[in-house]
Amino acid sequence: MVCQISPDTLEPMDPTMDTPMDLRYTDAQEAFREEARSWLSAHAPSPHSLPSLDTAEGFEAHRAWERTMFADRWSVVSWPEEYGGRGVGILEWLIFEEEYWRAQAPLRVSQNGIFLLAPTLFEFGTDEQKARFLPPMASGEEIWCQGWSEPDAGSDLAGIRSRAGRAESDDGWVLTGQKTWASRGAFAEWCFGLFRTDPEAERHQGLTYFLVEMDSPGVTVRPIPQIDGETGFAELFFEEVFVPDSLVLGGVGRGWNVAMATAGSERGLSLRSPARYSEAVARLVALYARRLALDPERAVLTADAVAQAWIDAEAYRLHTLWTATRVLDGGSVGSEASANKIHWSETDLAIHRAALALLGPAAELHGGGADAPWLDGYLFALAGPIYAGTNEIQRNVVAERMLGLPRG
Amino acid sequence: MHFAFTGQQIEFRDTVRQVLARECTTDDLRAAFAAPAARTARWATLAELGVVGLSVPETYGGLGLGLLDLVLLLEEAGRVALPEPLVATSALAAPLLGDLEGAGPAGATRVRSWLEEIAAGSIAAAVGPPPGSPAPVAGAVGADLLVLTTPGPEGGPEVHVVEAGAAEVTPITSLDPTRRLGAVTWEPTAETRLASGSRAASTIRSTSDRAAVATAAELLGVTDRMIVMAADYAKERKQFGRPIGAFQAVKHLLAGAQVKLEFARPLVYGAAWALDLGAPDASRSASAAKACASDAASEAARVSLQVHGAIGYTWECDLHLFLKRAWALSEAWGSAAEHRRRVLASLLASS
Repeated sequence: MVCQISPDTLEPMDPTMDTPMDLRYTDAQEAFREEARSWLSAHAPSPHSLPSLDTAEGFEAHRAWERTMFADRWSVVSWPEEYGGRGVGILEWLIFEEEYWRAQAPLRVSQNGIFLLAPTLFEFGTDEQKARFLPPMASGEEIWCQGWSEPDAGSDLAGIRSRAGRAESDDGWVLTGQKTWASRGAFAEWCFGLFRTDPEAERHQGLTYFLVEMDSPGVTVRPIPQIDGETGFAELFFEEVFVPDSLVLGGVGRGWNVAMATAGSERGLSLRSPARYSEAVARLVALYARRLALDPERAVLTADAVAQAWIDAEAYRLHTLWTATRVLDGGSVGSEASANKIHWSETDLAIHRAALALLGPAAELHGGGADAPWLDGYLFALAGPIYAGTNEIQRNVVAERMLGLPRG
Repeated sequence: MHFAFTGQQIEFRDTVRQVLARECTTDDLRAAFAAPAARTARWATLAELGVVGLSVPETYGGLGLGLLDLVLLLEEAGRVALPEPLVATSALAAPLLGDLEGAGPAGATRVRSWLEEIAAGSIAAAVGPPPGSPAPVAGAVGADLLVLTTPGPEGGPEVHVVEAGAAEVTPITSLDPTRRLGAVTWEPTAETRLASGSRAASTIRSTSDRAAVATAAELLGVTDRMIVMAADYAKERKQFGRPIGAFQAVKHLLAGAQVKLEFARPLVYGAAWALDLGAPDASRSASAAKACASDAASEAARVSLQVHGAIGYTWECDLHLFLKRAWALSEAWGSAAEHRRRVLASLLASS
C-alpha cells in the first residue's frame, strides 16, 4: 500500500524506537529538494499551458512530459534504478511531490499506473511482469486505465459479473463483460481490472486480477464525456478477449486481495500526496489576500473557511508524515487508509468551495483567466468523494474496522 | 524527519494510562463532581510518577522535559477527564516559573521553592488568561498558586504570581464543577510581579500557545473516550433485532467523529514539537492544533450523545461527565473560530 516503494526500501529505520521526534528534513533531503526544484524550474511547462489530458491532443502532450521526466529519472523517483527510478525513500518522494506541485507542473497522465498499479506490481508481480511493465509505465509509453466498476457493481465491487473462462488452448483466459468509469480509458494502452474466474465461489473468492492490452481483439471503448464535457473516463466492452496466463497478477482466485492493495494505494499514501493540497491552500491564501483588497465585504465572509482549508491541508501533511514514519519503522497502513480518503476528498472540496465563494460571481467564468483553474479544480474535487470507493463505503470501513461496529 | 514518539514516551504513556484507569474511574469523577479539589491522593500519585513535575528542571526535583513529553500524558488525563489541574500546573505554571526563575527582581527563592513544591505534588496551580480577557480563572478555587496577568500600569503587560492566601477567589459555577472556575481579586505589587514589559509579553504569548496545545491534547483524550463509549453502546443496544451500530446512519456519525480525531492528532503532536523547538511558525501550529481538537471534541460530543439516545441525556449515564469537559475545554484558551482567525492572520502576515 505504499506509494511507489519497492519492498527493499521498507527496512525498519530504527528498531529500538529511540529516535526523538524531529519534523525537519536532513541536509541530504534538502539537497534532493534543491535538485528537484532546479530541474523542474528548467523543464516543467508553464502552469496550465498543456491542453487538458482528457483530450486526444492533451493526452499526447502529457505523455511527452512524462517522457521528458523519465529521461532524467524524475518520473518515478522512489522506484529502484533498474526500473527507471532513483531508489530514494518515501520521504524523498514526498519532497519531490512538494516541489512538483509548487512548480504547478502538469497532472500525471500515468497516475493509474505509477501510483496504483505499480505498488501492486511491486507487491504481487513476478520478476518478468515487473521488468515488462514498469519501465514503459515510468516513461509514459504505456498508459493504464482501471477496470473496476461495472454498470451493476460500483460500491459493491465484489458483485462484479464480468467473467473470465479458461481458453480452449489452455494457455490463458477469455474475458467477457463490461466495465465502466474507467479513468483514462478513452486513450490508454493497457487496463488492469477484476474478472470473475470462478462463478461458483463465494463473492470475494473466485476473482482474478488481469492486465489487458486495450488493442486486444474484442475490446471496445466508448468514451464518456464527464461533467466538464471532456472524456476523462470510458466504458469498456470485452467480447471474448484472450489474455495469456502471464497477464494474471497475484494468482488465479486471489483478485480481491490484489485489488484491495491497489485500492489501499488509492485511498492511502500514494494517489493524493499532501503537496497537492498544500499548494492549493497557498494559492487560496494568496487569492484571499487579493480579494480582501478588492472586495473586503465578501472576503471576510470566507475567512473562517479559508483558514479551515489551510488547517485541513496541514493536518493531511502531518498525518502523511506520521504514516510515512510508521512505514519506515516497519509498520503498515491498514483501515486508516479509509479515514485518509475521506479527509483528502473533503479537504479538496473545502479548498475549492472557499475559492469559489471568494470569487463570487466571477467563479462561473470558465475557460480563461488567472482564476479559471479554481472552477476546473472544483469540478475535479467533486468526484473525490465518489471515486476510489465512495466516502459512504469508507465510513463503513472506519466504523467497522477502526471502531469495531458490527457489519450491517 | 521522524514523526513518532520514542519507545520511552510510549511506555510512560502506557504506565499513566494504567494508573489512571485504576485511580480515576467514573465513580471517582462523580465524587469529584460532588467535592471538587485541586489536590487529591491521585495528584500525589501522579507527582510520584513524575507527571506533575515533568517540566520542572531536574535541579528542583522534576524531570526537566518538554511539552512533547507531556502531550501523550495529557491525552491520558483527558481520556479519564482527570479533575486535577495538570495542564495549569505542569504544562503552564512549571515551565513559566522555570523560565522566569532568574528574571524576577525579587522572590527568586520563592520561585525555586514553588518549583520544588510542584515537583513534590504539594501544590497545585491555576493560570489566568491573558490581560484583557473576560475569561474566568480555571482551577482558581482551591489552587495554592495563581499565575495572573495585568495590562500593567504603563500599557505593558505584567505577569504576577500570588499565593492562595493573598488572593480573594469568588467561585463561578461551571457545568463541570471540577473546572473550579473563579473570579480572582488581588493586589499586584512589586513582590508579586515576576515579569514585565517585553519579557512578560513573550511569556504570555508562549503560555497561551502552550495552553492551546496542552488543552488540545486533553481534548484528544476526551474525544477518544466519547467515541469509544458511544461505539461500545452501539454494539450492545439492540433495536429492530440488531445492534444499532449495524445501521449505517449510526456508523457514519461515529466514523465522521473518528476521522476528525485522527487528523487532529498529528497537528497536536507537531505543535508540541514546534513549541519545544521554538520554531518560527510554532504559534500558528498551536492555533491549528487547538482549532481542530476543539472541533473534533464538539463533533464527538454531539454524535456520542445522539448515538446514546435518551440514556445519554441522563445524570445516571457516565457520558455527561465527558461531554461537559469537552464543551468546557473546546472554548478554553481560544475557541476553534478564534484560533482559525489567528491562523489566517499569521498566514496573511507571512505571505
